[in-house]
Amino acid sequence: MTRPTPEITAINRPYWDGLAEGALRFQRCDGCGHAWLPPRSHCPACLGTQTRWEAASGGGRIVSWVVYHRAYAPHLQDRIPYNVAIVALDEGPRLLTNITDSATGEGFATGAPVALTIEEDDGLHLPRFRLRG
Amino acid sequence: MTTLRGKTAITGVGHTAWGKHPDRDRLSLMTEAAAAAIADAGLEKDQIDAVLVKMANSAPSILWGQKVAEALGLQPTIGLSLDQGGAACTGLATYAALAIEAGMIENALILYADTPRTGSRAAMHRPRGDDSVMGWYSVAAGYAMLHRAYQEAHAAPPEDFGIIAVQARAHGAANPHAHLRLPLSMEEYLSGPLLIEPMRRDDCCLVSDGGAAIVLGATARARNPARAVPVLGLGQAQESWEVHLRPDLLRTRAEASGQMAFDMAGIDRGDISFAQLYDCFTVTVLQTLEDYGLAPRGQAGAKARAEGIGLDGWLPLNTSGGLLSESGTPGLQLIIEAVRQLRGEAVLQLPAPRFGLVSNQGGTMHTHATMILGEPQ
Ligand SMILES: [Zn+2]
Repeated sequence: MTRPTPEITAINRPYWDGLAEGALRFQRCDGCGHAWLPPRSHCPACLGTQTRWEAASGGGRIVSWVVYHRAYAPHLQDRIPYNVAIVALDEGPRLLTNITDSATGEGFATGAPVALTIEEDDGLHLPRFRLRG
Repeated sequence: MTTLRGKTAITGVGHTAWGKHPDRDRLSLMTEAAAAAIADAGLEKDQIDAVLVKMANSAPSILWGQKVAEALGLQPTIGLSLDQGGAACTGLATYAALAIEAGMIENALILYADTPRTGSRAAMHRPRGDDSVMGWYSVAAGYAMLHRAYQEAHAAPPEDFGIIAVQARAHGAANPHAHLRLPLSMEEYLSGPLLIEPMRRDDCCLVSDGGAAIVLGATARARNPARAVPVLGLGQAQESWEVHLRPDLLRTRAEASGQMAFDMAGIDRGDISFAQLYDCFTVTVLQTLEDYGLAPRGQAGAKARAEGIGLDGWLPLNTSGGLLSESGTPGLQLIIEAVRQLRGEAVLQLPAPRFGLVSNQGGTMHTHATMILGEPQ
């Protein structure tokens, strides 16, 4: 089994296109100003449909992280150990990502500042982060 | 305001052996458990007029509640399958109590069976939507995020988590029904392999085949009042959002679920004789103890180590071994153990318990249900 690919839909296409163009985009509501990820047709705060895409500044903070020592799919066997982290963007939206400095989380801390680095992985552009000193 | 307090009671309980059932399917396990629970309630099968099933985690299925009723040879007034993750069995008891009190039904059968041990574990290991491109797989990973957040915020040593596993395994070792009867020392816990760091192997519950059932009916109409355990308090509350989208990983809506149940029961935290808390992972127990107001924030593990969670401890916890040692099935076994304690029929029996607390929760602590049970009258 190969690595999974995201299911591209009319709703999330700008997110994945943005990454390929070098920007991490999130959605903001014209009606109430709420900002969010993952992509949705409606603002989850006010259920409005007038929404726009904004490019994230790239700054954020670590909320939590884990290190996989077990491969839950065959393609992950070569990757363990690897980390998955929750990062809160400075603009508010949160996402699951990887921190590139250390596979096993050396030097990570909750609240630690991080900066966006978009990496091409097997033809897919993924939003990852590195620790910011 | 009317209240459900004490109006309904758990009149019957039953379960299969826990562990491996390579030659059985879900309907077979569920039928065995149902027959035992109906007999335990002193009822005939045809007195059951609600068949309420928790969806099987490893095999989501359309019209599953109806397939179960068919296997039981019943045409119930209410039949359904509910998905609230691991909170569903207490959720079903809540809706059953409401329907009984409303006069729609008389005796509800609440049941669950699954075979992930000998069958498929794909649901537990599953890719989590588009986030799987980042390597985000499995149910356990979300709990590992909560474990890390708790450990970091409270500077909690691994022993705070370990005590939950060590005590559960001690209780399971003494329980002849338990799937895993192997005691665990703190040293063994600490030296266990890391699965998804910071979680170790023994932070994680068992994967068990098995089936369980309970019968809920009006307390006043119980066939055997001395063994009918009244339902005093019920609560629910849900975050609903995935772990990475929640604004606070250090509190859950178990707090609101627990408060609702305590308010209905009209008792204080200190009145609780024991707790059967949903221990799919050790952090779940620490978090639930704190959200329920049974331990100060960040102190549940330290309190458990200092004051004990065995039969003679500060709070006897998961007295049959819980998901960590008795059975990894989602929740009914905790209710069944609470019933046995209050009937005086438990293996590790407490002396004269008065009030028992049960938590059921699902979906990375985002779906909560609480039950408080009392002594038979
Ligand atoms: Zn809005």
